[in-house]
Amino acid sequence: MQTIGQQFINGLSLGSIYALLALGYTMVYGIIKLINFAHGDIYMLGAFWGYYVINQLHFNFILAMLSAMLFCALVGVVIEYFAYRPLRHSPRITALITAIGVSFLLENGMSYLFTANTRSFPQVIKTVTYHVAGLRISNIQLLILGSACFLMLLLELIIKRTKMGKAMRAVAVDPTAAQLVGINLNHTISFTFALGSAMAGAAGVLIGLYYNSIDPLMGMTPGIKAFVAAVIGGIGSIPGASLGGFIIGILETGVQAIGLSAYKDAVVYFVLIVILLVMPAGIFGKHTKEKV
Amino acid sequence: MKARLRANLTWLALMVLGFVVIDSCEFTGLINTFIENMLVTIGINVILATGLNLIIGFSGQFSLGHAGFMAIGAYATGIITQTMATPAGFFISMVVGMLIAIVAALIVGIPTLRLRGDYLAIATMGAAEIIRLLINNLKITNGAAGLFNIPALASWATVYVLMCLTTIVTVNFIHSRSGRAIMAVREDEIAAEAMGINTTRWKLAAFVFGAATAAIGGSLHAAYIQTIAPSDFNIMASIAILIVVVLGGVGSMTGTFVAAVGLGALDTILQNFGTLRMIIYSLALILIMIFKPSGLLGTWELSFRRLNRHHLKEVTNHE
Amino acid sequence: MSSPLLTATQLVKNFGGLTAVANVSVHFDQNELIGLIGPNGAGKTTLFNLLTGVTPVSSGTISLYTDHGVQTLNGKKPAQIAQAGLSRTFQNIRLFKALSVRDNVRIAMTNHYHESFYSCLLRTPHFYRTEAAMTAATQKLLALFDLTAVADQPAKNLPYGVQRRLEIVRALATKPKLLFLDEPAAGMNPEETADLTRLIRQIQQDFHITVVLIEHDMSLVMNVVERLYVLEHGALLAEGTPSEIQKNPAVIKAYLGDDA
Repeated sequence: MQTIGQQFINGLSLGSIYALLALGYTMVYGIIKLINFAHGDIYMLGAFWGYYVINQLHFNFILAMLSAMLFCALVGVVIEYFAYRPLRHSPRITALITAIGVSFLLENGMSYLFTANTRSFPQVIKTVTYHVAGLRISNIQLLILGSACFLMLLLELIIKRTKMGKAMRAVAVDPTAAQLVGINLNHTISFTFALGSAMAGAAGVLIGLYYNSIDPLMGMTPGIKAFVAAVIGGIGSIPGASLGGFIIGILETGVQAIGLSAYKDAVVYFVLIVILLVMPAGIFGKHTKEKV
Repeated sequence: MKARLRANLTWLALMVLGFVVIDSCEFTGLINTFIENMLVTIGINVILATGLNLIIGFSGQFSLGHAGFMAIGAYATGIITQTMATPAGFFISMVVGMLIAIVAALIVGIPTLRLRGDYLAIATMGAAEIIRLLINNLKITNGAAGLFNIPALASWATVYVLMCLTTIVTVNFIHSRSGRAIMAVREDEIAAEAMGINTTRWKLAAFVFGAATAAIGGSLHAAYIQTIAPSDFNIMASIAILIVVVLGGVGSMTGTFVAAVGLGALDTILQNFGTLRMIIYSLALILIMIFKPSGLLGTWELSFRRLNRHHLKEVTNHE
Repeated sequence: MSSPLLTATQLVKNFGGLTAVANVSVHFDQNELIGLIGPNGAGKTTLFNLLTGVTPVSSGTISLYTDHGVQTLNGKKPAQIAQAGLSRTFQNIRLFKALSVRDNVRIAMTNHYHESFYSCLLRTPHFYRTEAAMTAATQKLLALFDLTAVADQPAKNLPYGVQRRLEIVRALATKPKLLFLDEPAAGMNPEETADLTRLIRQIQQDFHITVVLIEHDMSLVMNVVERLYVLEHGALLAEGTPSEIQKNPAVIKAYLGDDA
């Protein structure tokens, strides 16, 4: 019982990282139907930004995370402007390949500039482990869970309550109609990229703190996992992405705990396929049938 | 009838010419191991990418799991030829690889091909990863370390001949009743159903066909490179094949050839750039996509029959 | 009295709480030209979709009378129903847009010519013979409908009216016993519509098939069909010959409102 509880806590903290990343995928997909392959690499950039500002500029944790979010938001907007905007009316597979190209560019550009070495993330916050009812919870885990939940709520508020959020939802449903009612498509899409990338930046700093090591290729696997999370939750759905992230986090730690860590990813993909077969548009996705 | 014969003979002549040119270059030493390696990689990429183009470009199903089927072929050859290190053993292993890939494609395809677009892509990607992780954890495949010292049973000539054969077979498949049914599914599933076309069956046919050719590519890879590991067949490997297809033009087999050759040459040239290699490669990829969104050749195909007709028209016009 | 071809009894279709088709029973006989009319949203296309298997029925039975006895079409997939001899066109044209006119028609013949997998891969003489036969049959159909000149064009390049015609030709290429035409005259001017009506009449006679025609413009079908069904709010309002329908008070009310 205790191990189950323990794994649940570990799963939640890992899951919240996936959830933060999945939000970016889901928002971008929802609005321009693009699998933004470079999203995982933005998370990597966030982690590196955190690494440098803490080491060189001696930022504290909060400042490091906020600046990483800002930096990543900027990078996201720039990438959208140069790489995806020219392809908005091209076949979707073309935009996907461009996104893969951007991903390669970020990974290899960072390897080229800062070497491919793994480096240890500065521990700005001293790890304290609390023992509650026989379970070990570190302050870092609480911090990750807390910040992730706070950011998710904030995002939900932005999307539901602000004018820009309404514009985002409108563009996601019908870009042409949204333009007809005076919504600026480019601004809305840029804003979406900024929001999603900021979430990825925060996730990057948090993961650095949690796993204590970062490298230029660190975004690849979590990126794909987070996308899987977004699909499980129903791509385009904000609560779906959060739920999907937590499901994958808990699934991974759970499978690892029962001694099948070699099959950890296989189980994740298997669950993905099963969920899609039962719910072809994910848990919260809307399954639209073509009208004849 | 005559036009068809002439076109087929032109193709045959082109293939023989290609073989003779490479062979004489090998003979005179113009092709060193480095270039031969490049040519073989191009050949294998053509085999893999024509199969994937059949699935994506012609049947319109977005599969992102091609490397999984390639892995099956590679491991079939790697395992079988270690006990049967003869050319016959190699061909047996290739057939076994194809058969297993076909079974795997049926198991993956029957449930997942109901999914649409990106959902199918992510499901097939997951399926390929499951195949890879199984290989990664099995004893017979030697786990994550992979297989070494696989007998060198494929030369550049084997790759060349099989490249020609799979391309002929794939193109023949496309230019037939089956190929048209598959394209109908791509164009409009509901209309295709209403015309009596069993869309599930034809989607599956294309998917299985592509998987079988991917297994051939994998077999050749194992027998030529002689070392394989599960990490050679990860998501990035599937994406590399996808890049060849999209770069050449989704739905153009000629484009697949052009892209495979172009990327192979680019890769070879970029070897001299060391760490900058991948940066230049990714920039090239982004720029080509932005300036040529439908791929290098779009859906254009080289056809000697058409060229002949044009030629004939011009001749008659002049007279 | 001619022999029946297709009967549908007490068809019901519910979409959630909405009943799109309620207890509709129809029968189509051999070599008949039947009209299916009703105001927008009456459930005409839904009825077509039920009969062709595009949407599964909630309840009711659909039976097809063949030489080998009666065949129940309930629960069959659209492809199986098409193979059984029911073909259709679509309200919002669904051609294979990027493919040539010739291929659009050849695709519809898929089930009538059999090439084995190996004969197609190895290009055996048998393959060339079937291909030639398919192409010849296509050529004949295209010539009949004045489409030979555009045979090599992609379907999407054709003018609207020609696309509609091609869709009918494509449906005919499946060699149907029963052809459903879903608003074939939509978007056409009166002159084109008159031509089309004549064409439909001719098809029905030359190909010896049953044709069911959806229209919401009543005047159009009146002088061409033999029998009419009128749908309103998903239910059958009336059935009869054009002259009977024209006099039917319920139909007049449905079309012109209470004041008439």
